[in-house]
Amino acid sequence: MAEVFASIFTKSNLLFMMEGLLTTVLISACTIVLSLFFGTLVAMVRHFCTGKLTILSRLIGAYIEFFRCTPNILWILWIRFTMQGDPTVKAIFACTLFTTAVIAEIVRGGLNNVPKGQFEGAASQGFTFWQTMVYIVLPQTFKSIIPALLSQVITVIKDTSFLKAVDIAEFMRNSSIVMGSLRSPAQITTLYAFIALCYFAICFSLSCAVRFYQKRIQATA
Amino acid sequence: MEVLPEEYIPGFIMTLKVALAGLLLALALGVIFGMLSTVKVKVLNVIARIYVEFFQNTPLVVQVFFYYNCLPFVIGGRVPKFIIGVIGVGIYHGAYISEVIRTGIEAVPRGQFDAAYSQGFTYIQTMRYIILPQTLKMIMPPLANQALNLVKNTSVLAMIAGMDLMYHADSWGSDLGYFVQAYLPCALLYFVICFPIAKLSRYLEIRAKRTPVPKKMKGVA
Repeated sequence: MAEVFASIFTKSNLLFMMEGLLTTVLISACTIVLSLFFGTLVAMVRHFCTGKLTILSRLIGAYIEFFRCTPNILWILWIRFTMQGDPTVKAIFACTLFTTAVIAEIVRGGLNNVPKGQFEGAASQGFTFWQTMVYIVLPQTFKSIIPALLSQVITVIKDTSFLKAVDIAEFMRNSSIVMGSLRSPAQITTLYAFIALCYFAICFSLSCAVRFYQKRIQATA
Repeated sequence: MEVLPEEYIPGFIMTLKVALAGLLLALALGVIFGMLSTVKVKVLNVIARIYVEFFQNTPLVVQVFFYYNCLPFVIGGRVPKFIIGVIGVGIYHGAYISEVIRTGIEAVPRGQFDAAYSQGFTYIQTMRYIILPQTLKMIMPPLANQALNLVKNTSVLAMIAGMDLMYHADSWGSDLGYFVQAYLPCALLYFVICFPIAKLSRYLEIRAKRTPVPKKMKGVA
């Protein structure tokens, strides 16, 4: 067993894979931040554009439906092969395009749950639309959708492994290159266990953190 | 140039087959582990917990590549891509469905179990006649959502040359260099499968929120 470990986890292999892990984390972080921002914006357009602006809401609705109903890997490949530019930026763009639609749907669900009285109350106090949003509606929305958002964040981290298909130097791709030099089943299984463990460590600690946070909120409330 | 390359039809059928078989496997695993995590036996709870946390927190790509590279050592021969796809999405989404079913069962008040036991129902009978019918209504919307994600995730087969829709679109597109022409029909075909499921999920969500109305019976005033 020690030989197996020594043959896989040489210093250069480990460094190479950790570099990949860093890229994975960076790409996921960019994707999550961007899609949270755009997703909220898109959900607000979808939810509040009525009357003359209904057409905007319809367009956004079509975007959400179309992207929710097609696989992420399709967009990654599509954008990789039909656009010009830096591969990593294109990868982040593809993931953001897909995740924005999903997050918009989650945020819209949260917006639906904010009682109408909150808007009326804010209007009666002279709040403008944006003030109402920033100080009153969005904080309540996000508080109620944290679990759904978290599972989406974990999905984004896991989905970055799709980027192996377009040869971005992320964790799964770098590990696969290391895997290419291995022959025996014991080595290959060990390396897969290691890859799974790395992803597991990141995702599981995230979900534990949010569970802890929610417990604290429930305790104070 | 034809609108739909003829390879797309077998690919589409393959995707449908994998999705259907995967969904059945995921439902079976989900029901089994969902029930295991609600019985009052600590060991079974822990087993179900480990299954759910492990498969939810590692990427499907890693799991599928693991089956692709390591199953042949176990059974000593080639494993059909169809089987890999079914096992991959089945076990992965089984973990999610088990979580859905667990929350559904836990949402039914404890007193209902006690009442059923006091009437001499066995555990299976309690589940079959009392708990599951109530749970079903609650868990249908998230289940439909999981089915939607499952269909999208079958596209991961493309990464191991699984002869599914995504794989055919990608290979046809890169052979000829017609990327947009390759990916657009592919996106539309996925949309055709997924959109009805998304609509169903939306409908079930609205129906689950509706308060129940007493049935009108014949001959009763």
